[in-house]
Amino acid sequence: MNKILILFAHPRFEQSRTNKALVQNVRHKKGVTFHDLYEQYPDFHIDISYEKNLLEEHDVMIWHHPFYWYSCPPLMKQWIDLVLEYGWAYGPEGNALQGKKCLQIITTGGSRKVYCSEGRNIYTINEFLRPFEQTARLCGMEYLTPFAVMGTHYLKTADLETFSQQYVKIVDFLLEDKSLSDIKNCVFQTDIPDYTKLAAK
Amino acid sequence: MTGSILFEAIAFLAGAVICVPIAKRFGLSAVLGYLLAGILIGPFLLGFVGEEGEDILHFAEFGVVMMLFLIGLEIEPKNFWNMRRTILGMGGLQVVATMGFSMAFFSLLSYDWKVSLTISMAVALSSTAIVLQTLKEKGLMNTTFGASSFSILLFQDIIVIFMLGALPLLSTASHTTVADDHSSTSLLENLPLGLQTLAIVSSVAILVLAGRYLVVPMLRLIARTGVRELLIASALLLVLAITLLMELAGLSPALGAFIGGVVLATSEFKHELESTLEPFKDLLLGLFFMAVGASINFLVISENPGMIGTLVIGIILLKAIVLFVVGAIFKLKLDQRPLLTVGLAQVGEFAFVLLSFAFQLHILNRVQMDMMLVVTAISMTLTPILAVLNERIILPRFGTRESEERPMDTIETTNKVILVGFGHFGSTVGRFLRAYGVEATILDSDSNRVDLLRKMGFKVFYGDATRLNLLKSAGIAEADILIAAIDNPDSNIRLIKLVKKEYPHVKLMVRAKNRYVAYELLNMGVENIYRETLDTSVKLASDVLSEMGFRKYTLHRQAQKFIQTDEESLRRLAKQSRNEEDYIFKTREEIAAQEKLLEEDRKRGIIEDDHLWDSEQMRVL
Repeated sequence: MNKILILFAHPRFEQSRTNKALVQNVRHKKGVTFHDLYEQYPDFHIDISYEKNLLEEHDVMIWHHPFYWYSCPPLMKQWIDLVLEYGWAYGPEGNALQGKKCLQIITTGGSRKVYCSEGRNIYTINEFLRPFEQTARLCGMEYLTPFAVMGTHYLKTADLETFSQQYVKIVDFLLEDKSLSDIKNCVFQTDIPDYTKLAAK
Repeated sequence: MTGSILFEAIAFLAGAVICVPIAKRFGLSAVLGYLLAGILIGPFLLGFVGEEGEDILHFAEFGVVMMLFLIGLEIEPKNFWNMRRTILGMGGLQVVATMGFSMAFFSLLSYDWKVSLTISMAVALSSTAIVLQTLKEKGLMNTTFGASSFSILLFQDIIVIFMLGALPLLSTASHTTVADDHSSTSLLENLPLGLQTLAIVSSVAILVLAGRYLVVPMLRLIARTGVRELLIASALLLVLAITLLMELAGLSPALGAFIGGVVLATSEFKHELESTLEPFKDLLLGLFFMAVGASINFLVISENPGMIGTLVIGIILLKAIVLFVVGAIFKLKLDQRPLLTVGLAQVGEFAFVLLSFAFQLHILNRVQMDMMLVVTAISMTLTPILAVLNERIILPRFGTRESEERPMDTIETTNKVILVGFGHFGSTVGRFLRAYGVEATILDSDSNRVDLLRKMGFKVFYGDATRLNLLKSAGIAEADILIAAIDNPDSNIRLIKLVKKEYPHVKLMVRAKNRYVAYELLNMGVENIYRETLDTSVKLASDVLSEMGFRKYTLHRQAQKFIQTDEESLRRLAKQSRNEEDYIFKTREEIAAQEKLLEEDRKRGIIEDDHLWDSEQMRVL
């Protein structure tokens, strides 16, 4: 069974009903380490060796955060900058994360229809997430299709429950090392190119 | 002119109000101010108070009693027990040696052996009132020599009981007549020695038990009534009751009060009692010092100035030598020894008691008593003067050197940062600077610490940083930054004033004990103020809130904001509090300032305007 590390970054978690709903059913699951970055490092003073140990102990890393200004909250970026060290996560002999899986779970205020070439934001979520995708790839991780809960301002309580259950399902699949593409009716962002095929060409 | 109580009260109070500030202005201790005030209003200068000075002396001894009670309050029983070796060792050696030499000295002056012995007893004792008050005033209680002084004084307080007990044995007069005269009526005087000892032991036991099982519950009861003055009344009652109990048992009230204080040191009323009795103690001690001044009989001096002079100098020298040697034996450092020596070289207030008792017992005649009383009073008056001479002339010359000779081959680098005070606060500052590779030049007044720091390779100057010379030799002229981290706010402020005046180019970073010190510093134009009570308390509060379930990052932001607002209000309120003399009315001022602060907080309301990252406001309902 896989072990999952959820790196959760939300500067105002207490005010986010969507993320509360998402988190509540997965944080105490067996095999899941829920790592609340803003609670752990309110002063942004990240304990790098602790973080590296955590990563080494887990098979799957989930970046879970709200989508702010087309990116992650600053502590998450700080985490990436500090923890994914040269010579450890990437570069020569930087293979600590090789073969691990990386899943990004985000919440956006804007709905799916504003994130497309016809919408206000012009680009799709996947296009905005390219830096993360490439970061995971540079570290030799498999970047799974991101899971996005969108249009959070319009979500009803029932919708929140649905997404929450989907999150649970995703986690269950990952724990058992099953392919996420077997999950039906789930809002994945599926336009990630299959780089394994590209590399083969 | 004398006689009316009202008039005398006015004379004493006016004397104090006029002389003490003058003494302070010249950088002398308040004790000297009081003594001079006493001389001034005494029978030989202005004559506002007459012979009754001695009665006032007895009354004012309550000040000494209260002082020991307060000192006891600050010493927890465990620490007291730890001091037993220094008390017995240093105290015992000092008393025995001084008595021995003084016996020889007075025998040389061809006094009868009984007279010599009596006078020697008086001479062996130093002034608890002067020494402890000076130590407290200068904040030196916690230094090695401060603790040694205290130990010796405590031993003297204990030994005086036996001296008073032994005096009648020297007397040729019959006991009955004596008992009639004796002002402190001890119930136990006529009991056999064994029973007396038993009574002494049991009265100490009563004191300890009553303190623990009677006084504390009583105070709790009183505190519950909520009537403030009752607490003041009970504090006074406590001290007076101890005094009475001790006098009945033939013990020194000061010693009893000290034990009482130690017993209550661990109770929750410690601080309440301290703040209640403090003003009474100060006032009574002031009165005591004035009474000492007033009791200097200039007639006796004018009749035999040579003899008095010889005695004063002889006794002070003799005591000083003994103290110096005792200090050496007990491994006091070379520079701490002069402080101890000069500090305790006077004849103390117990001499007044011993001498007049001996006179009543017909051991001394009036001439002898008067002479010794004058010698005592003069030696007490000289103490603060000698201390000033010691500090300014003797100390800088030896002991822990102010600066260290550096080996020739090292290149003298001027440290751009001067750190004054390496206590709890300053040491943390210095350690972090050093961790960064910045070696500050350190100034500190504790020689033990200075030696340790030198061993650790710090560049350290030893001495009083409020002296211009020391600052100069520490290289203030070339320094960029001076960190003032002295524990005592008054010393810190004196340092700031000096540096601002003489070296305006030096940037000042100043530790402020609290908000009120910060006001004062701000009004002096100091910009970089670090309140030791701000960041830590806010940190504690946010940890409490975190324990209650609030999110840490939000707390972190709000704490920063709170500190920022507090800094702003500090600057605003500092302007309002601009009144140089205001700090005298400290408590009133502080309450008023606190009220303003709470009022500002109330106006600002509780934290709810925090919309950062709050998506709820965008929600479509």
